[in-house]
Amino acid sequence: MGGSVSWAELARLAQAHLFLSGSAVLAAILIGLPVAILAARNRRVRAPLLGAISLLQTIPGLALLALFYPLLLFLARASGWPIPALGFLPALLALAVYALLPIVRNGVAAIRGIDPALTEAADGLGMTGGQKLRLVELPLGAPVILAGIRTAAVWTIGTATLATTIGQPSLGDLIFSGLQTEDWRRVLIGCLAAAALAILVDATLALIESGLATRARARLGAGLAILLAALGLTLAPIPGAATSGRLVVIGAKNFSEQYILAQLIENRLRVAGYRTERRDNLGSAIAYRALAAGDIGVYVDYAGTLWANVLRRTDTPPADAMLRTLGETLARRDGVQVLGPLGFENAYAFAMRRERAQALGIATLADLAREAPRLRLGTDLEFLSRPEWQAVEARYRPAFRTMRPYSPTFMYRALADGSVDVISAFSSDGRIAAMDLVTLGDPLGALPPYDALLLLTRTAAADPRLVAALRPLVGAIPIERMREANWTVDRDGDKRTPAQAARWLAAGLDEAPK
Amino acid sequence: MISFAHVCKRYDGRPVLDDITLTIPPGAFVALVGASGAGKTTLLKAINRLTAIDSGTITVDGADIATQPLVGLRRRIGYVFQGVGLFPHMSVAENVWLAPRLAGQPPAGRDERVAELLAMVSLPADLAARYPRQLSGGQAQRVGFARALAAGPAIMLMDEPFGALDPVARAELGAAYRALHERMGLTSLLVTHDMAEALILADRVIVLGEGRVLADRTPRALMQARAEPGIRAMIDAALASAARLDALARGD
Repeated sequence: MGGSVSWAELARLAQAHLFLSGSAVLAAILIGLPVAILAARNRRVRAPLLGAISLLQTIPGLALLALFYPLLLFLARASGWPIPALGFLPALLALAVYALLPIVRNGVAAIRGIDPALTEAADGLGMTGGQKLRLVELPLGAPVILAGIRTAAVWTIGTATLATTIGQPSLGDLIFSGLQTEDWRRVLIGCLAAAALAILVDATLALIESGLATRARARLGAGLAILLAALGLTLAPIPGAATSGRLVVIGAKNFSEQYILAQLIENRLRVAGYRTERRDNLGSAIAYRALAAGDIGVYVDYAGTLWANVLRRTDTPPADAMLRTLGETLARRDGVQVLGPLGFENAYAFAMRRERAQALGIATLADLAREAPRLRLGTDLEFLSRPEWQAVEARYRPAFRTMRPYSPTFMYRALADGSVDVISAFSSDGRIAAMDLVTLGDPLGALPPYDALLLLTRTAAADPRLVAALRPLVGAIPIERMREANWTVDRDGDKRTPAQAARWLAAGLDEAPK
Repeated sequence: MISFAHVCKRYDGRPVLDDITLTIPPGAFVALVGASGAGKTTLLKAINRLTAIDSGTITVDGADIATQPLVGLRRRIGYVFQGVGLFPHMSVAENVWLAPRLAGQPPAGRDERVAELLAMVSLPADLAARYPRQLSGGQAQRVGFARALAAGPAIMLMDEPFGALDPVARAELGAAYRALHERMGLTSLLVTHDMAEALILADRVIVLGEGRVLADRTPRALMQARAEPGIRAMIDAALASAARLDALARGD
């Protein structure tokens, strides 16, 4: 299976994907069927109920998944119960909501579509509402109900790829990380695997459906047997996966450096005997809150990001003062421990192609502001809504001709092909050196320092073995090594996987200066 | 004994039952006839509350049906209608055994009882294993009768039960039911638009028109009466075809 995806990884993700989708469809059936029965029986609730469910369906899947995070977080705080806001639960809920429409709609159609003569016969025989449902409506409506479940299953398996963004492993992990690292084979394998899963499940349900419709016991039995076997597979342990040791969940945001560092952390924890799980592709705001809530145990974040987004500070103190304040405040407020800086910065840095910068005489943000009306700015997806941008706007007052957000990979592409003139780059990005970009100076100190920090929950920090396993990473990764590692993953030719880059980085740890 | 007292029912402001007062003694075989929209089906279905009446009182054996549990009321009354309504996912035996099953009877002795009920409507016992789609129209309606009789009801309500059958099956099943009515001491109400059928099968014919009782007599009395022109026309039509057939049979 090529270098980019291992069979074990594919099996693990497919299993998680199937388990998540299956649970979501099951939940939707358990909720949707009673709702359908109610709606079929009662004309007054039918229209508003179906309308409300259709409305839920119009929320984009990605947004629906993301919305369950703050909702569950709020519920956990309000109730005092330990409701996990990240991972399986929000993914399950969002997907179940999504699967509701076809199940309810077909359920209503199934019951209302029953021959009125049969309903009259059932009533004339003196069936109670429950007997009518059990003996007549459900058996006769079963093929139509099942057709709805089939539709829901196929939708859910497709949409479940988005569960990755709220920290639930799925085949989407391959798609999202592949997109970030421009590993198209990974993207393709993720898509194909999800499609294959959807087709297999659909075919199995089709078998059951036709078995029900024609009352062919053998076909029905075969379909049910396959379904049970699939259920068994989703619950079976994957060979090679560690099953003992304390579990540590490692978070990562959605770019190559984060994947590499998460992998580096994971490798060290596994060697130390821990079981590990990954929550990749977390949004910037979600990652910290997930750590504060204990949904993840460890991840790497950046000083300036925490300063602006978490502490809501707009001033820019020197790096050592910022790190000290961060360490104290995060520990006191959220129980988050800063184990230490890794040794490099991944700062926001405005970058331009060298010859363009020289031609316009731009070396600093002040120069940039002067030329801004003639220039087009490309940013990552979140930069324009971040406090760092507000600080740059407040200090330098640049008025760009256009400003367009891109996903990070396409942002560099846009700079390379001349669609934009300047981008919000990351200082540890390997592409800065490789594309011969210049980063602009910040004489007014608008952009805070972005030292990469290793963050732990209080529980994780209280485990001396775990701290001992991660402590050697502190101060051990110089900017050149990180850039190089990032570049091997991000470049077009001779690409490495984040796992390979992590091994390369680990190999250099011993000789790196402390 | 079934009694109607001042029973009224309107659909969209139009009266379909207009102050009906009637008494049907036990063991009676009553045919309800009239043009479509005359209210005969509404009157029939009011008895097992498949339609709700607006005002008035209906009692069965002295008890007001409005105050009785619906399920119990319907299980004591057999109901057969033109659509038959055999459940396609159940075998003949399962269909026939439904009423005892709903009443919570144990399945022991099911096969014997089903065979007995099928025999009652002149069907062979080996039909029990078939599914409704494998039956002829006449067979299906006979199974419908067997299903309605399975709970041992004292009252049978029949809404055009022979309407979809060919003339031979229709005559056969009509005669077979009449015999059952006698043997089991049933109280039978038959809705039909066919005056000849009503006159031949019933002991008493009630003619309805626009929600009112136009005539309520024995078949013989109805044929001799010369009152209503509408009723007369229905009887004359039946008589005329009988006379023509008779003439044909005698070779004229």
